[in-house]
Amino acid sequence: MSIPEPDEMTQVYWDATRERRLLLQHCDACGHTQHPPRTLCTYCGETDALSHREAAGTGVVDACTVVMRSPSPDHEAPYVVARVRLPEGVVLISNVETDEPHAIAIGDAVRLAWRPLDDGRALPVFHPDHQEN
Amino acid sequence: MTVAIVGAAECDLGVTGLSVLGLQTQAVTRALADAGLSLRDVDGIATTGVARFSATSLAEHLGLQPAWTDSTFAGGSAFEMFVARAAQAIDAGQCHTVVISFASNQRSARSRSLGGAYEPHTPEAQLEQPYGPLYPASHYAMAAGQYLHKYAATREDLAEVAIAAREWALLNPAAFRHGAGPLTVDDVLNAPMISTPLTAADCCLVTDGGGAVVLTSLERARDLPKPPITVLGYGESTTNSSMSAVDDLTVTGAVASGAAAFARAGLTPADVDVAQVYDSFTITVLLTLEALGFCGPGEAGGVVRDRTLPLNTSGGGLSYCHPGQYGVLLLVEAVRQLRGECGARQVSGAEVALAHGTGGILSTHATVLLGVDR
Repeated sequence: MSIPEPDEMTQVYWDATRERRLLLQHCDACGHTQHPPRTLCTYCGETDALSHREAAGTGVVDACTVVMRSPSPDHEAPYVVARVRLPEGVVLISNVETDEPHAIAIGDAVRLAWRPLDDGRALPVFHPDHQEN
Repeated sequence: MTVAIVGAAECDLGVTGLSVLGLQTQAVTRALADAGLSLRDVDGIATTGVARFSATSLAEHLGLQPAWTDSTFAGGSAFEMFVARAAQAIDAGQCHTVVISFASNQRSARSRSLGGAYEPHTPEAQLEQPYGPLYPASHYAMAAGQYLHKYAATREDLAEVAIAAREWALLNPAAFRHGAGPLTVDDVLNAPMISTPLTAADCCLVTDGGGAVVLTSLERARDLPKPPITVLGYGESTTNSSMSAVDDLTVTGAVASGAAAFARAGLTPADVDVAQVYDSFTITVLLTLEALGFCGPGEAGGVVRDRTLPLNTSGGGLSYCHPGQYGVLLLVEAVRQLRGECGARQVSGAEVALAHGTGGILSTHATVLLGVDR
């Protein structure tokens, strides 16, 4: 799978994935957490007080779909694409990796896992909370 | 409002084997002929999907040097946005006669892909595309999943949208599925699953096609051959680019666009005689009807099932034509209904029509209210 190179906004996010840490952007001026990372805080407009904090690694399925026709050779259907709501207050698009994709439902607790990429980075994905990593 | 639509037409639909500019030329010249005007009258052009410089390319192709253009790229809702901008430009005197057009040869050219076209420099290409969502289908699928979870709605409610669209298509000789016969709940539920809970029959067609409408001042419109269709109101809202930004997928930007359009027109949903609501997917219609205020949250399935609101009378994107950015054809059908030109599918006595465009992944929303000249 080929993912575009990071830019100045996403470099810190992707670098942390090499250490299997999921970082979320935090505004030190107003306390807002946002994703994707940007060059300003969308809540208060601050451009000079943005830092990153590590996510707890838990989440809840906010919405999900089982993709039955893969759009590319990188993905083998069926698989779950989900909106995962993190306790830090942001929603991520991710995969919930499971042998029973049709059993995943809104409200399910999930926890962070990692899918390695060829270049040393890793994709943050999620597993059902009851499933062994 | 002092602006009217005076011409409306489709280009060839379905599988044409023609070029985009060839289809555009059909749409523009047929709409102008319908209006009783000629290319020499046109000093404003709004279009997308031609090239990077869409209006520029089309203007040159038509041999025009317009005083006003718009190529706002907002997906399928752009054409309802163009009505607002054209009305403002005509009211302000920047131009006098605007053609809004679109055409696509996506079925002939096989240019549509399941995964969509993520641009590598966007945040979504780094942070969403790697997870393999179908674009746009998986976003609408997640919205449908939330809708079914939140309300006492079922996949049968979604299917009914496709069934109702097919009923209209059977009355419209121009519809891609005109000869396909009626659709059943089982047909929809048992069609190949694309992205749960949406099957292929919950998804719009992929066809060639397009159309055009011509706008000018109401004063001038009254001297033209066809009855003027006045622009009563408009509104728009742009809410998201990614699949993760919106907090609740069941509440769309149509809430804001519809409220603005109804307020500008001094009308309410009860005044609408016929509605053309973008049906990219069956779920799109349910979400949009609720957002526009035709019913309460979770109640749109009943509105569709009861057939109380004449809706997507061409057969819609689901059964008539979906050339990728279908919004211009919502306007064409609304105009024809208000003129009483729709033959077997004519809504008797229609005086107010609504056209609502939705673009991207529930990203852009634009509502237009049209009425007969009183």
